[in-house]
Amino acid sequence: MSALSDPAKSTATRRSEPSALSQAASAIGFFTLLIAIWEYGSFARWWNPVLIPAPSDIAKFILKTLGNGELPSACWVTIKRLLYGYLIGVALGIPLGLLTARFKFANNTIGVTALGLQTLPSVCWVPLALLWFGQTEKAMLFIVVMGTLWAVLLATDHGIRQIPPIYRRAAATMGSSGFHLLWRVLLPASLPQLVSGTKQGWAFAWRSLMAAEIYVTVLTGFGLGHLLHYGRELHAMDQVAAVMLIILLIGFAADKALFSPWERFLRKRWGLTV
Amino acid sequence: MMSLQDELQNEPPAKLTVDHVTKIYRGHRQTVHALEDVSLHVNEGEFVCLLGPSGCGKSTLLNLIAGLEDPDSGSLSADGELVTGPGRQRMVMFQEHALFPWLDVTDNVLFGLNLKPQLSDEDRRGVARAFIEIVGLTQFANASIHELSGGMKQRVALARALAPNPQVLLMDEPFAALDAMTREQLYDDLQQIQQKRRKTIIFVTHNVREAVCLGDRVMLFTPRPGKIRGEFKVDLPRPRDINDVEVAQLASAITAELKNLLQSTPS
Repeated sequence: MSALSDPAKSTATRRSEPSALSQAASAIGFFTLLIAIWEYGSFARWWNPVLIPAPSDIAKFILKTLGNGELPSACWVTIKRLLYGYLIGVALGIPLGLLTARFKFANNTIGVTALGLQTLPSVCWVPLALLWFGQTEKAMLFIVVMGTLWAVLLATDHGIRQIPPIYRRAAATMGSSGFHLLWRVLLPASLPQLVSGTKQGWAFAWRSLMAAEIYVTVLTGFGLGHLLHYGRELHAMDQVAAVMLIILLIGFAADKALFSPWERFLRKRWGLTV
Repeated sequence: MMSLQDELQNEPPAKLTVDHVTKIYRGHRQTVHALEDVSLHVNEGEFVCLLGPSGCGKSTLLNLIAGLEDPDSGSLSADGELVTGPGRQRMVMFQEHALFPWLDVTDNVLFGLNLKPQLSDEDRRGVARAFIEIVGLTQFANASIHELSGGMKQRVALARALAPNPQVLLMDEPFAALDAMTREQLYDDLQQIQQKRRKTIIFVTHNVREAVCLGDRVMLFTPRPGKIRGEFKVDLPRPRDINDVEVAQLASAITAELKNLLQSTPS
């Protein structure tokens, strides 16, 4: 309870911004309380623990599968798929976005395609992907790429278009052109859009991979989605909830690891709050 | 062979030559004659101000000299060579600072320097440091652009334009957005830099006093179509202060002339 009263005290002295420590304390306090109520509710049978597994059961499942290597290997399979698909999506999306921003023809063709496919949830590609590639890693990869590519492409295109023309002119008078202009001016100038676009692409990739893993069983690798799927089949809700938690944690950690440095840079240089 | 007589009578070769230049913008709704038959000769080390109301084509002329746009007819040359595109000998300072937000102050000043061959990285850093000191921002060498005030940003822009040591500096109302105190300080700085480093400067402004304070020559522009309609030589000693009586007197004479010209222009 003292954790909850701390922020109140500090806001009294300095209204604008409570210290990081008291903010962390209030967050930790909140989640501890939540888990405690949850655990007690399961224990006191406020609800059926088969439907809502207790935190302790979830923890037990995680420890067990960590011990026998099942969970780490599933994580690794999923992360590998995600990274490959995502990197391919970004590696295709950025150059294509540059093309659509630069050339009318590319914009009228590729740009329009991207705009259309961007609205299509990438899980809709699952039936076709299965038909084309069978139950293979290629099908998985394809679905993740489809989830990433269009968001990154459109963000790049948008980022390049919003660059104030004066940057290009200033760079030109200093002798910058061609690849130097692209690499040293156009790409950094569109960094705010690129970061938010690749971040969105990451979120889409993550979602599409989970959907794909739940729908498609691939014999070459047993990912988190499959683990979740089999939890459902076995009515093992502790497994389902544990996998959900792991998925959430990986997504959170990846977000921090991949995008926080860029966002810090944007805040520092642009003074943006992102 | 050139005779001694010719040699003595010859004027020094013009640093910049604008020869019967016309520039027309064709829009969807209307066609604008931004410049019509404009000619101008600027000597080495000269400080020329282009003065006129907004929309008279003076910025267009500056962009043409910079090589950022092409004329519809006529030609421009720098050091006797035809201007076909931007060149490192002609740096531009814009009304907006146009600094790159992804670079800190030092890296912004280094941008043009990095594109100059035959310099070592150490030399480049040294030159950047020197120019940051000249504009009085040594303390802010590693600051982000968004942390600087408007005046400081324009100082960085000035350092960035000067650092690659261009022979010609093209300035498009660079101080228009600044407060009066900062502006007056920059007038001093600019005059000192120009005299010390013998830069040729073309300075676009709509402020008559500013033009008189800074320029060796003031060219009067009138709009629709943009034309040079008059020229004043400013023979006042330097450094000049914008509040000097002589500056004010000449400025009011020029203002009267400009009003006259504008009234006689059919609109």
